[in-house]
Amino acid sequence: MKGTRVLSLLLWLCLMYFVGIYLFVGGFLLVRMEVNRTSTCGDILEPGDGSGDFCGSQPRFRRAVLIIIDALKIDFARFDPSNTAPRPYENKIPVLEETLSSRPLQSRLYTFRADPPTTTMQRIKGFTTGSLPTFVDVGNNFASSAILEDNLIQQFGKTGKRVVFMGDDTWESLFPKKFHRSLPFPSFNVKDLHTVDNGILQHLYTTMMGDDWDVLVAHFLGVDHCGHRFGPDHPAMADKLTQMDSVIRSVIDRLQNDTLLVLMGDHGMTDTGDHGGESQKETDATLFLYSPSPIFPAPLSQTEPDVVPQTDLVPTLALLLGVPIPYSSVGQVLLPLFSPHGQTGSAVGGLSQLEALWINAKQVNRFLETYSSMAKDIPPESLSQLQQEFSRLSSEYLLTARESRLPSSHLVSALQAYLTSVRDICRATWARFNPVKMAAGLVLLASVCLVCFLMSELSPALMREKTAGLLAPLVVALAVGACAAAAQLLTRGYVETAWCLAAGAFSSEILFFWRVCRLSPPAVTKNGAKASKLSRWLVLRRLLTPPLMVPLLRCASLLSDSYVIAEGRVITFLVLSLVIYIPIHLNWNGLLLPPSPDPLKSAGKESGILLACLGVLIGSMYLSLSFHGCREEQGFCQPSPFLSPLSRLQDSQLKNLYYILSVISLGVFAYLLRHCLCHYGNLNSSGGAVFTARWILPLLSVCLALHWAVSATPEDSFRKLSELIRLAQLALPRAAFCLLGLGLCLIWLDPLTVFVKARATSSSRSSAPALPRYRASTGISPQAELRHLIPQIYHRMRRSLEDGELSGGIEADNRPTVEAYGLGTVYSAPVLLFWGMLGVGLLLLHPEGMALSFLLLLLEMGALLHIHASSVNLSGAHGASTGGFTVPWAPIVVWSLAATQFFHATGHLPTFPSIQWGAAFVGFPDGHTGTFLPALLVSLNTFASHILFAVGCPLLLLWPLVREVRGSRGGRACGEEGEDAVMEMRLRENPEQFSSALLQLSARYLFIHGVQVFSSVCAAAILRRHLMVWKVFAPKLMFEALGFLVSSTVLLIGVTLVLRVDMAVSRWFKRLIPDAAR
Amino acid sequence: MWDHEIKAMASTHAIITASVFMATVIPAVFVPGFSVYGTHLLWVYAVSGTVTCVSVAIFWLLGISPPTKKHTLGYKLSRLSRSCLYFFLSCLFFYTVVVLYGAPLIESALETFSLSVLLTSLTTLRCLCVLGPNVQTWIRVFSRHGAMSVWDTCLQITVACTLIGAWVGAFPIPLDWDRPWQVSSSHRKPTYSDWNQWTFELLFSFHHLQPV
Repeated sequence: MKGTRVLSLLLWLCLMYFVGIYLFVGGFLLVRMEVNRTSTCGDILEPGDGSGDFCGSQPRFRRAVLIIIDALKIDFARFDPSNTAPRPYENKIPVLEETLSSRPLQSRLYTFRADPPTTTMQRIKGFTTGSLPTFVDVGNNFASSAILEDNLIQQFGKTGKRVVFMGDDTWESLFPKKFHRSLPFPSFNVKDLHTVDNGILQHLYTTMMGDDWDVLVAHFLGVDHCGHRFGPDHPAMADKLTQMDSVIRSVIDRLQNDTLLVLMGDHGMTDTGDHGGESQKETDATLFLYSPSPIFPAPLSQTEPDVVPQTDLVPTLALLLGVPIPYSSVGQVLLPLFSPHGQTGSAVGGLSQLEALWINAKQVNRFLETYSSMAKDIPPESLSQLQQEFSRLSSEYLLTARESRLPSSHLVSALQAYLTSVRDICRATWARFNPVKMAAGLVLLASVCLVCFLMSELSPALMREKTAGLLAPLVVALAVGACAAAAQLLTRGYVETAWCLAAGAFSSEILFFWRVCRLSPPAVTKNGAKASKLSRWLVLRRLLTPPLMVPLLRCASLLSDSYVIAEGRVITFLVLSLVIYIPIHLNWNGLLLPPSPDPLKSAGKESGILLACLGVLIGSMYLSLSFHGCREEQGFCQPSPFLSPLSRLQDSQLKNLYYILSVISLGVFAYLLRHCLCHYGNLNSSGGAVFTARWILPLLSVCLALHWAVSATPEDSFRKLSELIRLAQLALPRAAFCLLGLGLCLIWLDPLTVFVKARATSSSRSSAPALPRYRASTGISPQAELRHLIPQIYHRMRRSLEDGELSGGIEADNRPTVEAYGLGTVYSAPVLLFWGMLGVGLLLLHPEGMALSFLLLLLEMGALLHIHASSVNLSGAHGASTGGFTVPWAPIVVWSLAATQFFHATGHLPTFPSIQWGAAFVGFPDGHTGTFLPALLVSLNTFASHILFAVGCPLLLLWPLVREVRGSRGGRACGEEGEDAVMEMRLRENPEQFSSALLQLSARYLFIHGVQVFSSVCAAAILRRHLMVWKVFAPKLMFEALGFLVSSTVLLIGVTLVLRVDMAVSRWFKRLIPDAAR
Repeated sequence: MWDHEIKAMASTHAIITASVFMATVIPAVFVPGFSVYGTHLLWVYAVSGTVTCVSVAIFWLLGISPPTKKHTLGYKLSRLSRSCLYFFLSCLFFYTVVVLYGAPLIESALETFSLSVLLTSLTTLRCLCVLGPNVQTWIRVFSRHGAMSVWDTCLQITVACTLIGAWVGAFPIPLDWDRPWQVSSSHRKPTYSDWNQWTFELLFSFHHLQPV
């Protein structure tokens, strides 16, 4: 048994996958820390003169109207009178041009440049916080989408301005309870062009005429939806834009002198009407400013900027309306709106350009200092450069202010340059995809999938190879990685870990490919010499068999948002199809029904078992559909009633019913496990594993049932016992955790479940099959005992064989024989037990109703194992087995897809709002201090089915041996004594085949999961401009990648457990043989 | 002999295909408001009824069915009744399978049941006609070396293609194209996958016949 080699190869594979995922995600997911501080009027910015900066002067405007027209591209707003044949989207908003030419001091039109990702939610975040939102804003609250960062709406509220909102209901979820009055309309249906707009128009004018508001926000969605549905070049767009034109006219007519109108688009659209990416068509929106009183000191001049970044709106609006600039804003004020120095006190009022810039620069500097103390993702050298620049500017400004001389225009432009460079650096850090990294990650993942496939096909050869396994690739990888680091240091002055890792991974992979090429020539020439074309065709046909077609379909389905949304049902459909394929395929090969019934009666029975298990499997899959949760995209879908915890149920009778159901399924779960172990005679000895199975597992289940009972009791029903209940809520789950840990440790330390009974009789060989005197304490009939628990004569037989070879000459007779109970399932019993303990432990983290789902999971796994074993037996009975312990693709594919199936059937979904946060508080009802423990609990809860299926994966290899039909294979392996069931002891006879089969199984399992990760990575990379990328594909990618991480880690643990058992068995034999030879 | 059989089979399939075509066209002429998508249930009934009648008639006329051992009326009657029973059971079986594949259990039972009748008339009925009411034989025929005659091979191909076609017919359902034939994402197995079935079926069977 070359355990270390198997493990190291698998570890290497996993590491390659991780590096690939890390590289891609590093380029794709933009991560930023949220600063949870807010600006207030009283803040004193450094270096200051002691007085508050933000609310010091008289605000320029009292009120503001913010009209956001979703996807109002700059091309829509421009008016070109010379264009005689305008397209449907051109020249449809003439009001802007008319206003600009007739009232140049009151209005301006700018190109409003958004930062990618150009999706509505991120944009709303952008122009209210003044920051550059990324996909993952690491804050302290994942569960809701509410904006916790300091933002304009919050500042308005704090300074007593009444904010009235109407339109897109995204705002309502981003700013819950922040509005004075709110009229949200559903934004979900992209096909609906009018509901939101008409809803706004019903209320907009009456609200404007009233006096119950200071800031009015109206978000129109029609243009965006029209773009998504018809594209910009369509008559419907012309109608919509004309409607908007009349809206703007009416709003301008109703404005008062102290009010500022801000009309803007949040992003643009491509020629097909989509958005989300970073092309100029998507980022360039409209910004139109207007007030009935003159706001611009001069008409439009050449020096004014043409393009305004979206972040700049925040400080400008804040200073114009006299509220503090939000803490994390990195925008710079829009200078033309402020008077040049020296005119401060004139009719215009408000701050001068230099003062506004100075406040702005101080605020940005404060944010930069806070952020760099929290996170390290801004390059340090550029940070220090910025700080130097700021201190230089501040001393210059203070000098100017002290001498109260006229400031040079040089200072203004220097401050502007400082603000621009801050924003550029932030943008480079947060808001840009890194296509090189993404491509490298893709290539690496693709090649690892190939390596994985090769490894699964060539595992026997890899095991046979004499040269030392992975030392060379490891050394090469380290060397190349170090070289890459050194090169980076020399050329750029700092080291980026991702590239060093990538270099190492690539080099070790190339080495592996080279070795495989050198390894395979004999295999290739055998087929290839005859007809290379034919062999290639054969390979292709082998890849198109249903077991590989199904994962292919699954991967293809990850590229479509509708299929990702319906993933739970799609995956059940695919798994079901593949499961039905197994007996059909057997029948096609003529193996399901024996041609003549008499010689092999067992075969008929075997197919009966197979069909019965198929029924159980399909039934549990069908039932599992009723445990699904609902995504918000699935319109009329009701989440499963079992998903909500019992404590939320009002009806006490229903509560009792659910509780009893859950407890019964938990009981059945534990009983089935125990029964299985008992059936194969693994509960007779007195080791750690047996102790766990006998005592800890039932105790754990009891703990769990009590915990459910306690947590479901309503708070006010038992006043007197409230202390006790609180204690129980704390103690029971913690006790369960401890029991779980203890049980797992015991299994690990003492995994043997073999009961040895020395028989002092000098029985000869012929008397061996006689009924043993000893009866296992499990209370089953002697016949069953004879058939299954079998006094394992194997050992005696083996010893006689060994002795025959090694020492020779010793008579086989007159030696004490040994019976070992449960030796036939010595490998699978600990794995099964480990699995069961984990299952009960993970159930603890789920809502009570999920016990039913876990029971279904157990049934499905068991049925699948039996089907697999039966089909192996049936093929074996007809001499059609392939030899070795190879596990075919079909069961592995079902196994790994079932992990995703039960991910959905335990109420999880690949979206962030659907994460079951309650899991973090099991056993810790008062919350946590750190972040590690809650993160661990939540991820254990989320990936429970991945964990269970990965840890149970070795069972696929072991189960056919456990269920082997006596006399079928025995004839080959054991010569004349073939009638004895040797079950898993066969693995010890062929350690080489065992390890290669184990490697193959794990590599295949990793391959199926890896290919799914690869395809969701592809989906994210290809569809990064898709409307749904941040809503569907990116979360799917995260869940798929994390699921892979968890699965592979747990798979390694499972394999290690098998190897650990193997070691223990070897030691046991070593101890036994001298013992017996005495 | 061989040639003759292939000819007979080709003409049989041509007739059945024509009958499906007629079952689509003739109601469109005579029944007001008939369309394949609009009144899909009616269409499905028409198709399955026609296919049932035509195939029973043809196979009976050609005398493909295995020769009966006894020629008594009672035996023939029992065979007939058993065939009817099998037909009904197969409808139930397909209903169960379709429900297990995700169709709603009761909500649109009529649609699901019509699909199962259609599938039965395309698969089980043919088995009944060619092999007689004997499940053991059916199972034997659907194995690699089970096909004894060209009719058996043909049966294998048409049945497999019908089922695959129906399976593929479920694929467009989750897509959000908002077409009338995409009932809703909760109805996984609709009744309109027959086009797929027939194209598949015909394509495959003719493709396969040429080398023979």
